Amino acid sequence: MAQIICQNLSIGYGAKSILHNLTFSVNAGDYLCILGENGSGKSTLMKTILGLQPPIHGKVLTGDGLRINEIGYLAQQTAVQKEFPASVREVVISGCQGRCGIRPFYKRTEKQLADKMMAKMGVGDLSKCCFRELSGGQQQRVLLARALCATQKILFLDEPFSGLDPMVAADLYRLIGELNHRDGITIIMISHDVAAAIEHASHILHIGKTVFFGTKEEYRKSGNWHIFDGNEGGRNNECNH
Amino acid sequence: MNAIIDKLALYMQYPFVRYALIVGVLIALCSSLFGVILVLKRFSFIGDGLSHVAFGSMAVATVLKITDNMPFVLIITIACAILLLQTGQNTKIKGDAALAMFSVGALAIGYLLMNLFSTSANLSGDVCTVLFGSASILTLTKTEVWLSVVLSVSVAAIFILLYNRIFAVTFDESFAQATGIKVKLYNLLIAITIAVIVVLAMNLVGALLVSALVVFPPLSAMRIFKSFKGVTACAAILSVFCALTGMLVSILGGTPVGSTIVAVDIVAFALACIIGNILRRRCA
Repeated sequence: MAQIICQNLSIGYGAKSILHNLTFSVNAGDYLCILGENGSGKSTLMKTILGLQPPIHGKVLTGDGLRINEIGYLAQQTAVQKEFPASVREVVISGCQGRCGIRPFYKRTEKQLADKMMAKMGVGDLSKCCFRELSGGQQQRVLLARALCATQKILFLDEPFSGLDPMVAADLYRLIGELNHRDGITIIMISHDVAAAIEHASHILHIGKTVFFGTKEEYRKSGNWHIFDGNEGGRNNECNH
Repeated sequence: MNAIIDKLALYMQYPFVRYALIVGVLIALCSSLFGVILVLKRFSFIGDGLSHVAFGSMAVATVLKITDNMPFVLIITIACAILLLQTGQNTKIKGDAALAMFSVGALAIGYLLMNLFSTSANLSGDVCTVLFGSASILTLTKTEVWLSVVLSVSVAAIFILLYNRIFAVTFDESFAQATGIKVKLYNLLIAITIAVIVVLAMNLVGALLVSALVVFPPLSAMRIFKSFKGVTACAAILSVFCALTGMLVSILGGTPVGSTIVAVDIVAFALACIIGNILRRRCA
């Protein structure tokens, strides 16, 4: 049974759609990489699946017992966060907010969960530090810990490696891989890096002028990834807006 | 020193001075709490814009000869806050431009109306009072005092009860929304609360100086503290302290209340900058 099902999905801003008739599904334990050029609609697709913006056409369904607030999301960082005075612990525990309902304060179990997730992501000893003063890799680990407070089922990651140096990125890939293999958490990740995606992911969704969805073996065979060499039309799309 | 205490004791015998101090402290508390959100969400100008709107609606209330004008001003300002939040997201006129239109428009219309219809002999004095709040905190009617107390206590209660959710929504709107928090509802609530605070604070420092009360304490706190809890607590304490000091100085020295409070806030900000620098150097 699939956790996320997209049926005939068309996405975009306002009336202008950038992707038409997308149909795919993600099963529990999958590691899906979404690839595509800048402006091809990767982030928009993710936001639509998360319900942050309405689809122009079609439906996003959840299944396999996944409730809408059981989603962990690691977005591209906003300008607000770069100056926000918040301790690591405050950021991580805010991931528990979705399960609070109308209860105003956190329970002890939620505080323990936050501590556990910080330890798991290797930022336990930073809990009192200021979030904005951490290095890029540490910040991503903190945000991962927050996402894990929100869910133990599925993580949405929007370019988690942008701006990180290769060593730190490799470390983060290992961490995400562990969450997928050992804890069985479904991963849906937007990435630029085709080689790394093929190395780590189990499934690939390639969007752009041609759309591909399938396992990474099928993707490799299809030769679709050579599209990247041929300067696919993503950038042109951007100019047309 | 004894002379000062005697003078203060004398003033304290007047109920309106006691009311002014209580209301002033409560207003300072609320404005600093939500000021933190405003500054972090980069909505600082909304406080400023709304205060101009409040001035405009106060002028309308004067023209319509409404004696207890606070409820009227409150409703108009809340309506504008909601409208501004909506226009910021959807229409062709961008948020900041819409805000500029609103605030300047309200200011101009307000002055125009007061000029055309005012029966008062001292028009510029009236306008000055509304803009800089020279004595309005001391002239509150009993209804207004109670209304201010009830409103500021509820604003503080809302902040405490929703503290964690407000943090989540302010720190990362998309994450909060993705995990099922009704972000739009909370943004609306924040906008309404800010309108309430602006109207309350207008009594204390006057329309033009409202944003100082909202913006200075959080900014000072952010120079020193690095966690959200620390910043909020420090901003609240600092704001109450500055308001109290400002009011006492103005009572003793006969200076205008609003600008004295803001002056104390500025001094506090300068001190906070220095403390922040020293702390950072010691850490590095």
